[in-house]
Amino acid sequence: MSYSTKVLDHYENPRNVGTFGKDDEGVATGMVGAPACGDVMKLQIKVNKDGVIEDAKFKTYGCGSAIASSSLVTEWVKGKTLDEALTIKNTQIAEELALPPVKIHCSVLAEDAIKAAVADYKAKHGEMVETAACKG
Amino acid sequence: MIKQPIYLDYSATTPVDPRVAEKMIPYLTEKFGNPASRSHEFGWDAERAVEEAREQVAKLVNADPKEIIWTSGATESNNLAIKGAAHFYKGKGKHLVTVMTEHKAVIDTMRHLESEGYEVTYLMPETNGLVDMEKFTAALRPDTILASVMLVNNEIGVIQDIAALGEVCRAKGVLFHVDAAQGTGKVTIDLAKLKVDLMSFSAHKTYGPKGIGALYVQRKPRVRLEAQMHGGGHERGLRSGTLAPHQIVGMGEAFRIAREEMATENERIRYLRDRLYKGLSQIEEAHVNGDMEQRVPHNLNISFNFVEGESLIMAIRELAVSSGSACTSASLEPSYVLRALGRSDELAHSSIRFTIGRFTTEEEIDFAIDLVKAKIGRLREMSPLWDMFKEGVDLSTVQWAAH
Repeated sequence: MSYSTKVLDHYENPRNVGTFGKDDEGVATGMVGAPACGDVMKLQIKVNKDGVIEDAKFKTYGCGSAIASSSLVTEWVKGKTLDEALTIKNTQIAEELALPPVKIHCSVLAEDAIKAAVADYKAKHGEMVETAACKG
Repeated sequence: MIKQPIYLDYSATTPVDPRVAEKMIPYLTEKFGNPASRSHEFGWDAERAVEEAREQVAKLVNADPKEIIWTSGATESNNLAIKGAAHFYKGKGKHLVTVMTEHKAVIDTMRHLESEGYEVTYLMPETNGLVDMEKFTAALRPDTILASVMLVNNEIGVIQDIAALGEVCRAKGVLFHVDAAQGTGKVTIDLAKLKVDLMSFSAHKTYGPKGIGALYVQRKPRVRLEAQMHGGGHERGLRSGTLAPHQIVGMGEAFRIAREEMATENERIRYLRDRLYKGLSQIEEAHVNGDMEQRVPHNLNISFNFVEGESLIMAIRELAVSSGSACTSASLEPSYVLRALGRSDELAHSSIRFTIGRFTTEEEIDFAIDLVKAKIGRLREMSPLWDMFKEGVDLSTVQWAAH
């Protein structure tokens, strides 16, 4: 399989790899996927007092497209409010990275990771939200 | 400076040995005759070349040249052997036996026969990839027409005990087919001794050209097959179609070289494989797939836990290797061979197959070891599963959201 230059770029130079400190304030975590399916994404967001995501980090077990998708969303969610972050759709991720049809599930997983992280934040801060189950 | 990418995928295919290519070329140009032309020297020359090659193929496996039928490759040989026998002997019964780790050319042929009303038993191998003799014996029934077991597995390189399996089949009156595509030049094959009725061969796994193979059809006791390709009645009516002398000559020469050089070559390759194994097994959580003793010398199939196979292949683009990970194939399922061994899906997704060959050097192996070590480290730093493992989390107890 050949990869788009954008996938290769994110794969070679992944943005925001890492983990926030356990006690960091305003941190929420979304972990989606399953090892048996070949990909697991962990997305962490750090939300400031104004409800804006000021930083994000990821760790991903998966193929190059999965790593690139998670790297990309860490860039995209930064500076967004939680509700704005939820408007990021898998189709935008797939389009940006020029993912082939067989890799669309990687972008779906990245979208799910954002939803899971936001849901985690809201749950920790007393807001109940519908969480999206993994699919794709 | 080593030429890159380094080819470590000799079980996928091999380059044509230059000696083989040289021998093939005249049969494309000046010696272009049709071996079926009986009326002139062009045809006679081609026929002689074809028969010489048949002899070389037969010699490698200690068979009679009359028992060798040319085909387009091992896939066709497998189809002809299994469908041909199933159809010819349908009066005996409708049952066939094979193993879950066979090549798709056998599995899919069996599936097709199921759609025709045949019944197939797919045996589960042991966790080392080998077939259990008792389970195999128990699977053979009075109405079993044929059993098909490969000599060498294409993914994990394990060698089945064809001699013992053949004895069981012969004693029970069941035809025994062996796909030996991955075995020629690696394992000594003596068909005069083995109780094998049908054996499939391929040229391109043994430094011959692609597009040519052969099927051994035993004469004593005689095995009958229903032809799958109809036409001019070539190859004793078993496989019609104009023969391709350049390809056939190539296969003959490749098998001659294999016979003469396999003993020394396998020793050299085993040394390189063991060197690779030693280097890579220094990596934490590296697991070899398949039995390490009953195994061809050129194969190393290894899973690096918590790293996904395709991302590793991307990271080691300087090496041409393959993976049992779903992502290298069109489907999203990981290797069915590794799953049949009872390997977890995680480990199946994390597997890399290294296959070494005639033109691999020690320098290349050392380069590969260093590269893999470095890249595994980088990918694990990025892997949430590695973090969890390091924190002592048992991944099998985690509730994952399947997707």
